Amino acid sequence: MATQLADPEARSTNAPEAVVVRFAGDSGDGMQLTGGQFTLSSALAGNDFATFPDFPAEIRAPQGTLFGVSAFQINFGSTSIDTAGDAPDVLVAMNPAALKTNVGALKPGGLIIADTGEFTKRNLEKAKYEVNPLEDGSLSKWQVLAFDISALTLESVKPFGLGNKEALRCKNMWTLGLSLWMFDRDRQPLIDWLNAKFAKNKVLADANIAALNAGHAYGETAELGGHVKKLHLGPVPTPAGLYRTVTGADAVALGLVAGAQLAHLPMFFGGYPITPASSILHALVRLKEFNVTTFQAEDEIAAICAAIGASYAGQLGVTSSSGPGIALKTEAMGLAVMTELPLVIVNSQRGGPSTGLPTKTEQSDLYQAVYGRNGDTPIPVISARSPGDAFDCAIEACRIAVQYMTPVILLTDGYIANAAEPWKVPDPADYAEFPVSFLAEKNAGDTLLPYKRDAKGARPWIKPGTPGLMHRIGGIEKQVDTGHLDYSPANHQAMTDARKAKVDGIAKSIPAQDVCLGTEGGKLAVVGWGSTYGPIHQAVGRARNKGLDVSHIHVRHIWPLPENLGDLLRGYDKVLVPEMNTGQFKTVLRDQFLVDARPLTKTSGQPFTIAEIEAAIEGALA
Amino acid sequence: MNAITPITTSIKDWETDQEVRWCPGCGDYAILKAVQRTLPELGADPANTVFVSGIGCSSRFPYYVESYGFHTIHGRAPAFATGIKLANPALDVWLVTGDGDGMSIGGNHTMHVLRRNLDCQILLFNNEIYGLTKGQYSPTSREGTTSPSTPLGSVDRPASPCAFALGAGARFIARGFDVSKHLPEVLKAAYHHKGAAFVEIFQNCIVYNKDRFEDFAAPKGAEDRQLWLHNGEPMLFAKGEKGIALDTEKLTLKVVDVVDGDWQAAGVIVHDVTNRSIAHMLVEMPFGPFPMALGVLYDDPRPTFEAAVMAEREKASAGKEPNLAKLLAKGQTWTVTEDGPDL
Repeated sequence: MATQLADPEARSTNAPEAVVVRFAGDSGDGMQLTGGQFTLSSALAGNDFATFPDFPAEIRAPQGTLFGVSAFQINFGSTSIDTAGDAPDVLVAMNPAALKTNVGALKPGGLIIADTGEFTKRNLEKAKYEVNPLEDGSLSKWQVLAFDISALTLESVKPFGLGNKEALRCKNMWTLGLSLWMFDRDRQPLIDWLNAKFAKNKVLADANIAALNAGHAYGETAELGGHVKKLHLGPVPTPAGLYRTVTGADAVALGLVAGAQLAHLPMFFGGYPITPASSILHALVRLKEFNVTTFQAEDEIAAICAAIGASYAGQLGVTSSSGPGIALKTEAMGLAVMTELPLVIVNSQRGGPSTGLPTKTEQSDLYQAVYGRNGDTPIPVISARSPGDAFDCAIEACRIAVQYMTPVILLTDGYIANAAEPWKVPDPADYAEFPVSFLAEKNAGDTLLPYKRDAKGARPWIKPGTPGLMHRIGGIEKQVDTGHLDYSPANHQAMTDARKAKVDGIAKSIPAQDVCLGTEGGKLAVVGWGSTYGPIHQAVGRARNKGLDVSHIHVRHIWPLPENLGDLLRGYDKVLVPEMNTGQFKTVLRDQFLVDARPLTKTSGQPFTIAEIEAAIEGALA
Repeated sequence: MNAITPITTSIKDWETDQEVRWCPGCGDYAILKAVQRTLPELGADPANTVFVSGIGCSSRFPYYVESYGFHTIHGRAPAFATGIKLANPALDVWLVTGDGDGMSIGGNHTMHVLRRNLDCQILLFNNEIYGLTKGQYSPTSREGTTSPSTPLGSVDRPASPCAFALGAGARFIARGFDVSKHLPEVLKAAYHHKGAAFVEIFQNCIVYNKDRFEDFAAPKGAEDRQLWLHNGEPMLFAKGEKGIALDTEKLTLKVVDVVDGDWQAAGVIVHDVTNRSIAHMLVEMPFGPFPMALGVLYDDPRPTFEAAVMAEREKASAGKEPNLAKLLAKGQTWTVTEDGPDL
């Protein structure tokens, strides 16, 4: 979510302060691009917004098929927006498959804009329609606006002499033009963007601009039936300042750069291509001037091992992946725990198990993060609640890693990684530095003790190349203080205890858990983590408006948990934990605090809707 | 290797206070001594030297060398070495691995560290057996090897580490064996090669694969069974009475007799370490019909990975100011004032 929330309790829920539009089409139709540009225009109009890109795993799925549908949803308006919206008000369907897969979500009475040019017999068959739905009355509970966008687009770009295929590619700009008209948006930023994007191909730039203008003009001059009319949504009241849009992947990359700078360290990033985590590698590879070295390794294992090697040599090692890749990195994570080297591991979670749903979101790697290693191998875990929050979380992960000499897992998910939101640009000066000091001389008189711990339980960081401090580390159990090989029973007990105490102790350096909406104590606490923040916050706000005694608690530090969390939870009669898995955080809360946390789970690859959580709240309090 | 100011050390300076835990009579002792003897001769600096290893008997090596050492996880030492070298190219990195560690579980990383040409010395101790796990056959075990996991004899064909390395794009390939007096020379050549230097060292596993290499490594008759290669010198063995020549019709190597020392007349090849074609033949040269090719088989440096990465970073950073505040405010931004957005 956005920047800063106006208190949802103080807000009216009357429409149309916010509108949800979903663009859906073939994966080759440029829907993500259309959505992205519409988002930008919303930002420039001062609207708050949240987006949800939903695209297929196939790069070029066969045209017109149900599994090749790509959609982009944006919720924007003059109130604070926390989620990409439950049900769309407007569905732009570029072909029958897009209509079929998306129309079920549309609000009753909502508007369908369909391109009749694509509702051919062949495309209808591909979408498994026996009869054209635009003609058989099956869409009667919605407003349908169907016209031949393909033909209108071809007409508008005729002067530029493009081939038929190329000309049809301008359809998304035509549709965007119409959408801009409907919501009273300025076209100029898009025209500037097109000119810049196609700077090397003036004809393509002009054709796309012509299509954009034609779509806009169509809205203005054609006699559109139904409820289609120009709708102006005013700016949302937000704190003054400089804003930009940011996706979670960008925010993580920026946060890592910031974290390394605050630690006064060069950063080494080892990665391997995997959806949806690759965007972090793509972002960092362009930031070499910030003393960032990126390394695309031969596999996930090499990516983390190289990052650990870089940490050993005195840089801030970072690696990033998604569930299956994290599984491959697990053994190396154990080595980082044993050798007590700093490391940040980012997991952009996706639907599992195995390859699962590469492009869909889920929160099902929480057990993996908290428990998923051989041996007693504690690793701190942090989770980001939104794209903007991922920036702060990445910095926090860097801080914990270097101050406690430990690997740290940062959990985001496919939704956060891809979703965009307005972000109040932070001032780096507002963040406290945590400069690292490497050991420069022997730390016990004439002796070097590589595993001598400080008050926090952290061992010294010793860079190879430092004269006089030669020593050996590795994955075999270390002797207390000296770090020599030691298999003896008492020593293993002592070292296991020391590793656990160090990570448990991180709880002392994190903020106490707050209640982000509602009261401390009461009938019901809805406890969330990660990207469920938006729908939980809205649902709790709505329920409180109805007079229900419910509060929202959102946990950033998954491991170790904030010290006051147990007492806080015990102050409520009931605890409800919505999460996009089968109840993993619920289990952790029960295990740690013996509270009767109840799960609300969803594993469809789609985020929660506000209504789903609202219903669960009402059910719990009934 | 790195261009460093040589420093003076003795063999003692490279010994740690740790008790060496290899089996008595293990070939690893001889390799350790050869390395410890060679490092002072190279002028190497213990503070600037890092030994990185994976898992297995050979991978205990770093604990016994008084330098920086990282005993990592099975097969992954090349990946750790890559991170270390990219983070600090000034370090001298030695990688110690075995036939199981480097050719089996870590084969992928061995391939990539070689093709990238990371500047390091890779010592692959080949004993053709899994020692630390009590004697299972390994990817380099000869066909028919009986072991706890192959009681009827192994059926798969062995991998050839040097042929693998050359195929992966290595620019330096050498061979030696544990007790050979020539091993320090081979190590020195590897050290002086700028880039990934791959050294296969045949090593006697006294417990699980005893005397596996005696057929060529035994002192008696060694002259007839070992071909020590020296750059610029003819490929002679058997006290100069035999040599290696090129069969130009079959495009293979052949053994020829040298009469009265006239190796030129016999067509014996002069070893050129930069000749990649001959290197391919040498790594494939079967022992038995031929002697075992030892020494530096191939040495033709290319620019290193870390140098290319550094150069690219410098180029990409040139003229750019690392200003975090500016970076955060990059892209399309808008300002919100008290009255709403200012477009």
